[in-house]
Formats: sequence, structure tokens, C-alpha cells
Amino acid sequence: MHFPILTSLVALPIVGALALLFVPNDEHGDGTVRAVALVVSLLVFAETLLLWYHFNASSAEFQFIERHAWIPAFGISYFVGVDGISLLLVVLTGFLTPIALLGSWESVHKRTKAFAIFVLLLEAAMIGVFVSLDLFLFYVFWDAMLVPMYFLIGIWGYDRRIYAAVKFLLYTMAGSVLMLLAIIGLAYIHSTATGSYTFDLTQLYELAIAPSTQVWFFLAFALAFAIKVPLFPFHTWLPDAHVEAPTAGSVILAGVLLKMGTYGLVRFAFPLFPAAAQFFAPILATLAIVGIIYGALVAMVQPDMKKLVAYSSVSHLGFVVLGISAMNMQGVQGAVYQMLNHGVSTGGLFLIVGMLSDRRHTRLISEYGGLKKVTPHLVAAFLIITLSSIGLPGLNGFVGEFLILLGAFRWNPKMAAFAATGVILSAAYMLWMFQRVNYGPVTNEKNTRLVDLRPREWFVIVPIIAMAILMGILPNLFLKPIEPSVQRMLNQVQQAAPPARLEAKR
Amino acid sequence: MIASLNAIVPMACVAAAGIAAMIAEAFTAPGERMPIAPLGLIGLIGAALAVGALWDHNATSFGVVVADNFGLFVTGILVVVGLLSLAISAPAIDRTDLPRGEYYALMLFSIAGMILMATATDLLVIFLALEVLSIGVYVLTGIRRDSSVATEAAFKYFLLGAFASAFFLYGIAFTYGVTGSTRLDRVGSVIAAQALSPSPMQLLALGLLLVGFAFKVSAVPFHMWTPDAYEGAPSSVTGFMSTGVKAAAFAAFVRVFLSAFEPLRASWGSVLWPIAALTMIVGTVVGVAQTNVKRMLAYSSIAHGGYLLLALISGNDIAKSAVLFYLLTYALTNIGAFGVIVLLEDHDRANDKVTDYAGLWNDHPALAALMTVFLLSLGGFPPMAGFIAKWYVFSAAVKAGYTWLAIIGVLTSVVSVFFYLRIVVMMYMTPSGESIARFPAVPKLAGAALVLSALAIFYLGILPTRFIDLAAASISSIF
Repeated sequence: MHFPILTSLVALPIVGALALLFVPNDEHGDGTVRAVALVVSLLVFAETLLLWYHFNASSAEFQFIERHAWIPAFGISYFVGVDGISLLLVVLTGFLTPIALLGSWESVHKRTKAFAIFVLLLEAAMIGVFVSLDLFLFYVFWDAMLVPMYFLIGIWGYDRRIYAAVKFLLYTMAGSVLMLLAIIGLAYIHSTATGSYTFDLTQLYELAIAPSTQVWFFLAFALAFAIKVPLFPFHTWLPDAHVEAPTAGSVILAGVLLKMGTYGLVRFAFPLFPAAAQFFAPILATLAIVGIIYGALVAMVQPDMKKLVAYSSVSHLGFVVLGISAMNMQGVQGAVYQMLNHGVSTGGLFLIVGMLSDRRHTRLISEYGGLKKVTPHLVAAFLIITLSSIGLPGLNGFVGEFLILLGAFRWNPKMAAFAATGVILSAAYMLWMFQRVNYGPVTNEKNTRLVDLRPREWFVIVPIIAMAILMGILPNLFLKPIEPSVQRMLNQVQQAAPPARLEAKR
Repeated sequence: MIASLNAIVPMACVAAAGIAAMIAEAFTAPGERMPIAPLGLIGLIGAALAVGALWDHNATSFGVVVADNFGLFVTGILVVVGLLSLAISAPAIDRTDLPRGEYYALMLFSIAGMILMATATDLLVIFLALEVLSIGVYVLTGIRRDSSVATEAAFKYFLLGAFASAFFLYGIAFTYGVTGSTRLDRVGSVIAAQALSPSPMQLLALGLLLVGFAFKVSAVPFHMWTPDAYEGAPSSVTGFMSTGVKAAAFAAFVRVFLSAFEPLRASWGSVLWPIAALTMIVGTVVGVAQTNVKRMLAYSSIAHGGYLLLALISGNDIAKSAVLFYLLTYALTNIGAFGVIVLLEDHDRANDKVTDYAGLWNDHPALAALMTVFLLSLGGFPPMAGFIAKWYVFSAAVKAGYTWLAIIGVLTSVVSVFFYLRIVVMMYMTPSGESIARFPAVPKLAGAALVLSALAIFYLGILPTRFIDLAAASISSIF
């Protein structure tokens, strides 16, 4: 295929954003702005589907590769490609962006144009992160992505938005600058070993690095990703950012941005520094389990629905990190699957909470109750997404969690046992919240006249539900392209550190 | 004979424009407006053409000025500084009633001094250039004679600057005493011969020169004058001196320390290490506490000096070209930022508190966007040029093995983002404090200059290859 599809995926939202600059900025223009932004993001989604359609699912190699010299003096190139791990994350980004735009159709009143521009720029940067195969290029997208998100939280967020926006940006940046130094260091090691600089990931995979050096590099990378995931105890930015962000921001933040941390572990930290990864995997897994249980317990006592969902993210992402740390087929495959699940179901939860708070301008659980009688359709959607989030068989969440636990059990049964309590806890806090909001009598007078799902909201929520069901009953559709790439990555890790060593460590 | 003048042509063009400006001012009848700025424009364009013509020729004049590619690259940066400064000076002069003729003449003489400093290869000529550029800048700092803040700033700057010049001159005297010459190549060969056991005198000379340079690049602990001078000077002058003086001083700094005194790197490196670390830390940490935008940018400028020192210490080929690239980027972004400050000033209101920027997005969306680009570039965000520049410097440091210094560098740059963002928060996320029409209209020329520098920042950030290669080629000719 000669058409540079990945470049066009990154470029299309940018072009859309630039085009929006020329739309007049008045009352009349708002409709045009929304329409243009939605059309552009739908086009991007269509293109990601096209990408999936042409993707060769049986190959483990990077596909749709494009490579152009960028800063040749340092071996930096514009080098993009996707494999099974990144393919579906790109599709997820394409899927969630139009939904996020549509979901905030009415809740964003001021500065609609700037809002749409920032969402589109964010989409371009997110896709860029997932398709970059050059570490320098990856870092550029990784850092560039912070700026639009910062503005989205800071301008269109709730009351404490400025605090949340600045905290989000500084936290992420503090983690990632050390990764920048590590990236430079890697290129330098490559130049001493082979005589030339390179930031090309596929070449750096081949590089043999002394285990003692690997430790430092792994730590620098892992810190950046752990903050992004966020792994306990680096999670404190997340509740603030999630709660204060506008609905679209929360959906994208939970749906896509958090995945970059776990994606980074799978793509960079583990295969680049396999010996250090083997060494640190138990520690990462322990932190992940602490996060699973801690996140769940804290979620249980939240009075604010959005905060509850935010803490549930800490818990769910803990599963993903556990799966990656297990370093076996089921674990990693489950982790990648769970990344997609979390994007769909937590994105959906944030949309539902957004719809409720658009109606009532509050997110406190105690303000609601008995909604089932008032808004039956909305509650039905809420129920399906809640069940998908807690992992009911037949819906998407089950597949991912099951695979992760299976992988973790094969690796270390104790870890799996502890993690499994998180599944129970998640059922407890989610269902309890659902019960308090939707069942019982309508206690609050203000809730009696709430409107049920509007036509626009049907368009927002139905795709999410459809995706949850599809991923629940046809997991192989998604797991098949993931498998070869995960296998290749596991080979990379295990070749460098023979299993014998692993046994000794245990 | 004529050919031997080639190397000073860029400087001569600018100096001639300065003289022309003075004469034009003298023959202007009161009340008549003389187009003086275009004279400067002509001089700078002449200098730019001369740079193009002299490229790769290594022309030498009188054995003490050499137009090698390194010097010419810096001259190019200084021409950019000059052009942008001219563009943002016009509104500043109109609004605050500065004496037009003196202003332009002093600025042009200063630029001439800077160009000379970047191309001089003799310590005495460097000193001469330093004085020419400094005197112009001292006067420009205090050119608002009715303002006590400006006068205080100029006086402080002058007094401390005079001390630093004395140190520098004393250093030259000792260098001459030890090596018998002030020419960098001869100084270098004598020092190289005795590099294994440097005499105390050599180290003394080195230390004195170091103090002189450290003052000019406002390295901690010689930075005390910077915040006051930057705040007190007219904003257009601050933009000019924060970039021009830095570029010229670093060019000479690199030339002296990485060629003549290169053999003594072990000695000066160990002194410069803590200076660089402190400069980065103090610049950013104290910058966080500032409430005046100009003062904040003064501390930011100190911190950026620290990153350049980091490159200087690293001293490898990457570092030398990184200095050039960094100076170019810094010139574009910092004058840009000060340009926005100038455009927000009114004759009775400085509008330079951080809180004055509240809601700028509503009043002046274009200026807010430009300021955001400049600030994010200063903070080192891709895809702006500031990111590439920082990455370049840190690459040099990692390669040279100064990992800890690089770690300090990246962490302080995160801290600096915090204060750059305070302005962004004000502009975009805080409602306007006062009436909408409090800011003056934007003159077309200055606006266009700012847009051009923003575009250049994106260009250097997205497609830096051309200039990285150019910078790499510039240093290969001399070191």
C-alpha cells in the first residue's frame, strides 16, 4: 500500500484544526464549528477502520511503515508504523474522539471553536504517540499532547480547573523529562556501540545494554509511564484532572491518555530493557495490586460520581500493569485487551455522568436516587456500561480481566489471588453507586422532571454499548491481530533474559 | 589592503547606519519626523548580505578580527535580533516618547559592538567590543530619564558592569603577562605547551576572565543586576539586550574558553560546573516567585544562560553547535515575548504585572496566542524551537558525561514551565479584570514581526535540520 495512511491519520485532524481557524467566530459559527469538527473526527475514525481492514493480522511485524530522514545528523527520522498492539489503540482513539465531541455538543457553550481545535490537535498527537517508531518522534508527540489537554482542562473544566490543569501538566512533564535524557542516553550508547546515532526503535531493540545500565534507563522510562498510567503512588494527579476536566476531556483522558502509560511499558520499557524489566516486574506488579485494591477502596467511599469513576480507573489500570508484568501470553494479551475495554467502558461512564451533570449540575450521588422511574433509557444504558466495567461475562470487561488473572496466576498465584479481590470490590462500589443513583424512591424533588436520553445522546451512547457487547461476545476479532505482536515482544524480553534467570529470581 | 577589510564589513554596515542615524537626528527640525528606523534597517540588511558573501571565506582583518563561519553565524543571529528589535521599538518609542534618534543610534552602535565581539580573536579587541556594546546598552537602559526605576536600573547596571569590565581587563593583563600576547591563537599555543602544570598566574588570569564573562551572561552569583536592569529598562530594550548581549557574550565566551583556554578545561570546568547548576536552579526557582512579567523573564533569561553554560562545559562538537542553535532560538522567542509586552504597554500604564494579563484572550486573542507560542517555546515544548534547542544542549551534556548537570537541567526546565504557565493561565483561564479597551491597538509592522518570529519558531521546531547542519558546519571551521 503506497498511500501514507498513518501520516494522513496524524495530519487530518491538524488540517481540520487549521481549517477551523477560518470559521467565523460568532453565534452562527458555532454550529459550523461543531459540524466540521465532527466530520473531521468521523473521517479519521473511518480511516482507522480502513487501516484495520488492510492490516495483516497474522504478521507480527510493523506495517504501513513510512520512514523519512528528519534530523540526519543524529539519526532521527520520521518513522511510523503499527503492529497489533498499537493498531487497536489507534482505532480506539478514532472511535472515542467523535463520541467525545458529540458528547460535549451542548455542555460546551463558550469558545466552541477553540474547544474543537484543541480536541482535534489532541487527537493528532495521540495517534502520533501510538504510531511513532522513532523514540525522538515519540517523545515529541508525547510532550506535544500535554498542551491541548492542559487547555481543555483549564478553560472548559469545573471549579478547580486551573489547579487540576497545572498539576496534570507538571506531573506528567516531571516524569517525562527524565525519559528524554534516557532516550538521548540510548542513542549515545548506540553510537558508541555502532558508530552512529539512532533513535530508531527497531534498531535500538537489537542493542545489547549492560544490565546495570539497563536499570537506570528502565527506571527513567518506567517513571514517565507509571505517572501516566497512573500507578500507585503516582496517581494523585488523576482524580483532580478527571474530576475537573469537561466531559470530553475526561473521556479522552480516561479512554486514551491513560493507555499511553501502559502502551509505553509494552512498547518501550519492557522490550528495550528486558533484564531490568525482569528484575522490576514483581515490584511493578506489587504496586499494581496495591493500586487495584487501594483504588477500589477509595472509590467506594466517594460521594462524587466522577471521582468514583476516576478512582476506579486507578484500580482498572492496575490490572493492566499486572498483566504486563506477568510477561506471558495471556497476561499481556489481556492487558492490551483491557486497555481497549477500559477506554470503552470508562469513557462510557464519564459520558453518562456528564449527561446527568448537564441535567442537574451536580455529580453528588446523594443528590440522585430513583432515576429508573424518571429516565428509564438513560438508566438502562448506565446499567449496561456499569456491568461492562465490572466485568460481567458476555460484556467486554470480563475477557480482559479473565485473561490478566489467568496470566498472573501462571506467573505467581499469590499475586493473582490478591488482584482477584479487586474484581469483587469493583462490583461492590459500582453496583452500590448504581443502586443509590437509580433505585429506590425519587427522594429529590428536582429529579422528577429530568429528561430522558435526547436523540443526540442516543448517538453518543449506542456506539459505546454496541462496542461493549461486540468486544464481549467476539473477543477473537480483537485478540487475533494482537497475538503475533505480543508474541514477538515476549520473545524479545525472554531472549535477553533466559527463563533460568527468571526461575532463580522467583 | 581593501581585501583585508572584508571581515569587518558586517560591523561597518551597522556602525555606518548608527552614524547616519545620529546625523539624521541632528538635522531634524523640531516637530518634523525623520524616518530613522529605515536607516537601521538598511544597515542590518547590508550586514546580512555581507554575512552571505563572506560565508566559508574565513576572511581576516588586521589579524584580530576574523569572519569565520562561527562568527558569521552569530552575526546572523545579531542581525535577526536587530531587525526584530527595530520592529518592536517603533511602538515603544511612540507610546513612551523616547528620544528617537539617540535610541536608534545607540541600539545600532550596540549591535556593531556585538558583531565585533563575536568575530574578534584578540582579547583586547574583545574588550573593546564589550565596552562598545555595554555603553550603548547602559544608556538605553536609562533612556527614560523621567523614570526613577529606569535610572536606578541603569546606574546599577553601569556600576556592576564597570566592575566586571575591570575584572575582565585585569584578566587580559595577566594573560598577557603569562603568555606575552593577547591574540587568542598565540595565547592558546603557550597555554597548550604548559597545560600539564598550569602556573598560578594562568589560573588567576583564567578566573578573572571567567568573572567578566559570567557577569555579562548573568551567571549566578554574578546575576544580581539582571532583574533590576531588565525590569527598569524600556521593554523593547530589555528584549534587545536579553538576547543580543547574551549572544555576543556567549560567542566570545565559547571562542576564548573553547579555543585558547581549552587545554585548561579541567580547571575551569570544575569551577563552571557549580556555576551552571546554580544558574539553572536560581533562575528557575526565584522566577517562580515573581509577579512582574519582565522580572520573571529576567530570571528565565538567567536560567537559559545556565543551559548555555551547560553546553559550554560539555565542550564537544555537539555542544558548540548547540550553543549557536540555542542562541538563535532564544533570540527569536525572547524578543517575541518582549514584543508582546511592548505592544501591551500604554503611555500611562506598563501593564507588566502577571495579573494584568488576565483575560487577554478575550481582548487580544492573536497577541495571547503569540505569547503562548513564545512562552511554550521558552519552556521547551515540542513542536516549538525551544524543545529542539534544549534537546540539543542536553544531548551534548549526556555525551560529555555530565549526566547530573543534565538532570538538573531537565528538572529546572519543568520548574520554569510552572511560571511560564502562570501567564498562560492568566491569559486564558482567568476572567478579564478591567475594561476591554484598556490595551492599545497593535501596529501592523510590529505585529507582522511577531508573527514572523512565531512562524520561525515553528519552522525551527519542526524542520530544524537545515539550521542544525548549518550550525555544525559553522563550528568545524575553527575548533
